[in-house]
Amino acid sequence: MKLLLEYLKPYRWYIALTLTIKTLGTLVELVIPYILSHILDSVVPTGQVRNIVWWGVAMLVCAALACVGNVVANRMAARVARQSTQQIRHALFERVMTLSPRQLDSFTIPSLESRLTSDTYHVHHVVGMSMRMGVRAPMLLLGGIIITATLDPVLTLVMVLVLPMISVSVLFISKKGIPLFQTTQRSVDSMIRVVREDAQGIRVIKALSKTDYERRKYDRANRRLVEDETRASTTMAASNPLVTFFLNFGLVTVMLVGAVRVNGALTQPGKIIAFIQYFTLISNAMIGLARIFVNYSKGAASAQRIEEVVRTEPDLIVADESRYPSMRKEEGIVFEDVSFSYMGKKDNLSHVSFSLPTGGTLGLIGATGSGKTTLIRLLMRSYDVGSGSVRIEGRDVRTIPHEELNGMFGVVMQNDFIFADTIAENIRFGRELSDEEIRHAARLAQASEFIEQYEDGYEHLLQSKGTNISGGQKQRILIARALAGNPRILLLDDASSALDYRTDAALRRSIRENMRNVTTVVVAQRVSSVMNSDLILVLDEGRIIGAGTHEELLATCEVYREISDSQIGGAILE
Amino acid sequence: MNKSGIKAPRSTRGAGAPKMSRDAKAAVVRRISKYLVQHKGTVLICFVMMVCSNVLALAAPKLSQRAIDAIEPGVGKVDFRSVIFYCALMLVFYILSALLSYLLAVTMVKLSQKIIYTMRRELFNHLTELPVGYFDTHATGEIISRISYDIDTVNTSLSHDLLQIGASMITVAGSLVMMASISPVLLLVFAFTVPMSILYTKYRSGRVRPLFRKRSQKLGELNGYAEEMLSGQKTIRAYGREKVISSRFDEKNEEAVEAYYRSEYYSATVGPTVNFINNLSLSLVTMLGGIFYLFYLMNETGSTNILPLFTISLGGVSAFVQYSRKFAGPINEFANIVSDLQSAAAAAEKVFAVMDEAPELADVPNAETLSHVKGEVELSHVRFGYVPERVILRDLSLKAQPGNTIAIVGPTGAGKTTIINLLMRFYDVNSGKILVEGREIRGLTRESLRQAYTMVLQETWLFHGTIYENITYGREGASREEVEKAAKMAHIHSYIDALPDGYDTVLSDDGVNISKGHKQLITIARAMLADSPMLILDEATSNVDSRTEQKIQAAMQTLMAGRTCFVIAHRLSTVQNANLILVVKDGNVIELGTHDTLMNQKGFYYSLYHSQFDH
Repeated sequence: MKLLLEYLKPYRWYIALTLTIKTLGTLVELVIPYILSHILDSVVPTGQVRNIVWWGVAMLVCAALACVGNVVANRMAARVARQSTQQIRHALFERVMTLSPRQLDSFTIPSLESRLTSDTYHVHHVVGMSMRMGVRAPMLLLGGIIITATLDPVLTLVMVLVLPMISVSVLFISKKGIPLFQTTQRSVDSMIRVVREDAQGIRVIKALSKTDYERRKYDRANRRLVEDETRASTTMAASNPLVTFFLNFGLVTVMLVGAVRVNGALTQPGKIIAFIQYFTLISNAMIGLARIFVNYSKGAASAQRIEEVVRTEPDLIVADESRYPSMRKEEGIVFEDVSFSYMGKKDNLSHVSFSLPTGGTLGLIGATGSGKTTLIRLLMRSYDVGSGSVRIEGRDVRTIPHEELNGMFGVVMQNDFIFADTIAENIRFGRELSDEEIRHAARLAQASEFIEQYEDGYEHLLQSKGTNISGGQKQRILIARALAGNPRILLLDDASSALDYRTDAALRRSIRENMRNVTTVVVAQRVSSVMNSDLILVLDEGRIIGAGTHEELLATCEVYREISDSQIGGAILE
Repeated sequence: MNKSGIKAPRSTRGAGAPKMSRDAKAAVVRRISKYLVQHKGTVLICFVMMVCSNVLALAAPKLSQRAIDAIEPGVGKVDFRSVIFYCALMLVFYILSALLSYLLAVTMVKLSQKIIYTMRRELFNHLTELPVGYFDTHATGEIISRISYDIDTVNTSLSHDLLQIGASMITVAGSLVMMASISPVLLLVFAFTVPMSILYTKYRSGRVRPLFRKRSQKLGELNGYAEEMLSGQKTIRAYGREKVISSRFDEKNEEAVEAYYRSEYYSATVGPTVNFINNLSLSLVTMLGGIFYLFYLMNETGSTNILPLFTISLGGVSAFVQYSRKFAGPINEFANIVSDLQSAAAAAEKVFAVMDEAPELADVPNAETLSHVKGEVELSHVRFGYVPERVILRDLSLKAQPGNTIAIVGPTGAGKTTIINLLMRFYDVNSGKILVEGREIRGLTRESLRQAYTMVLQETWLFHGTIYENITYGREGASREEVEKAAKMAHIHSYIDALPDGYDTVLSDDGVNISKGHKQLITIARAMLADSPMLILDEATSNVDSRTEQKIQAAMQTLMAGRTCFVIAHRLSTVQNANLILVVKDGNVIELGTHDTLMNQKGFYYSLYHSQFDH
């Protein structure tokens, strides 16, 4: 909640004004039943019809004032809710975008998604509602008590006695209900997981005739969800009848005590009627408060989840050169005795050392899980090395400011990101690049041919995740994106696996010829994709088991020879 | 396994109720009411409880009138017996009313949960009957929001609004009767304020509804954008585009909060205004009631003789005011309920639209079960297109003898997978026929046909569960030894064994714990275990490095030996030895033959073959 308060702070005077107006509006409304009892007890006995009318008009004026006050205050509250939500959402999104991969993985993407969407929405809702009702309900309650106290303190006392009962039962019920709702939420997640999995694996399910199995699986998830939801909802269902009953119980008591007091000339019957009026107001206020309470707990939970993300300490901080001194004479990319582990247990890379001159090409090859992608991630500083150092042009990557570091690379990762926008925009990716630069990059990436086949060419709209183009077309657009920014270092992680051989070869040729000064790192399954590299590293379980050129490796590295034989001799055809 | 998608990111778009025709609305209502009819006993009980609970609550002010009238005579003259009697009665009524309303709420929750359960089950079961094509053309997130958000919306409306409408009608009617019985003349006040209230809410909701629709739409857009960009966060970060993307997000954010604000701005007037109209009624009632009470007092003292129609007791005023509050309450609610119902109807329409999607054609009535498959497959003059206008296979004929390997090669996006879709009968041919063991596959049960094949796809599909469960998915009840043997053949056993939980390792959603290549090996182990007479390999080893592939090649060969295989692969060694090679380009089979005949043709295959040496 601290975060929320922080974002509301700039509006504190505005909020104060809103609440004041709201308070005035509510107070005016409280006067209405007061006038009612005044008319019945004091004005009617005078027998003056004119006076009755005048007091009635006074009631109307109060009603009108209350209306205007509430409308103005509600609108002001909506404004505050808008401003603060906008800023909270902005802060959250910005922080999410800059989370390091490690942080992103620990939050998990689905969880961040729901924080960005439903949690910010809850907060918006709660901020607005608390300002609209958070004052009105307690004011009605407090005002009702004060006014009734002036009418008849003893009867008020009787009425106030039921309030603790109400508070205790509401608190008790929501305390039981909130964890039940949390359980329900988790069951929702499992139910959805089955649907999501099955929608994606429908071919396998049908091929294996597992439809009935999946139905049973879904049925279990469905049943569990229904049970949890029923339990949570039936628990909460007790709150309204209980609150209403306690209030009515108070009402009956007031009448009984009132009867005694009227009999003893301590009060008038009109006051009892006014009491009943206030009771309606107070009971509405109590029900409102109970609702605010439930919503508040929801909102607080959401604010908490947002806060967790926004307050995440940045990692991968840029270190001072005094800590990781730069090597003045060194150039190109250097890995010096680098070890790294994702989980802090088994090394995913161990004691990796190599150097690659500027403009050189590095090929990485090795078994699944051998650490090829990890090596690229360390170079980009997606993660920090466990020990050793990674240097670019003599500077440790930990000392290079993020923007400068990111600006060096053009990257294509495995299954990379295509978003719903035009082809041109997917290549431009928010950078200041001219149309000519984009076309040039597309040509280099062998993408221009198929792009120009579209009637609307570069303005052709792609669907999210590129579902309306083939895998090979996707990869070429991604490569064009990487080339378009004139990177100093090009990182291609299995970037051409979906390309047929001819296109792949043409692509490599065009990169070689047109980007001479660009240092390139290529991860591939195919030997042909890396065989012309200046340096090829063969990785196995995080270690370099072979380093050199194609020819050298054929002579020295058995594993490499095996791979090469299997592909070149047997050859690959797509 | 899937990194995208949350509960209902885009679903909020659905909240804005689009305009529906009257007929469509009626149809939707009819279908929803079918679910209610299934539980008509419960519905009836609910209705009775609702009526009772409301009648009891309605009777209370009338009793309070009696009690007050008994107090009224004044100092020392209070009729305690009556006061206590009526108070006790009130208490009993309130207790009963509270009990009933609690029971009612619980019953309604249970009822609506039963309905929601049935709806979800029906929808899910129907989804499993839909052809594969449906999932190819509909986003997963969309399907999820049907089964979660939309059904929830329908359900909330069913359990909440129906009850509310029933209760409101009873309250309105009851209050009206009660007020009429106290003072029909005072009731005239409402002839003035009720139409005002109705006109106002009608006018307002007409203004506000499009704003709410826009608000849901903008929020949906915002959520969609956030979801999409989040899935690309690592790339965005790698390119240092956080600021640009954030500023685009800001635009969406601005639009969303603005739309929210505009809807709030206008709807902010509704509550206070309706409240004002209520207070207006109250003031008028008080004025008139005060005057009538005066007349009443004057009659009592005998100074005048005014018609009883124009008099009222103090208790009468009190009860009348209480009823007038009860009376006004539901009228305010109607506007909300109507808009709720509209969005529920829109959601229900979407759910029903999925349920109305044509399922896979049922097996023909006397479909035969395919058994003792040797592996003879024949395609005869097959013509097919996903959409009739775009024919993908024009006139394809080929024959595979038992044990043959048929390879399908060609550039990506050429429609290689189409042939597999037809073999598995995920789609049916437009014309021509496919025969297995000389029997037309449309005359066979789908289940037996599909069981004749084992399929390994490029897309690795694993579900949330242990590795063991994932491998045995194709053959439940396989022994531990068999599973391990399959895993060994797929060269994944030692990897699994090294995991802390071994075969019981749970594969989690985000799957950060396992590489893509390993996932594919697990699916290969699954295929190895399934052991069907025919094989379909669709780039089955695309994510596996070539060294591992080579290792499992031997196992693959064993697996393929004696079985009819359809292979989409880029490994030439497999392709070269195939009995038949289909070269597919731009959706057409352009060449067909063995490796040697194709090489001699010096056509596309020939040039493809040579391009691999062209570095």
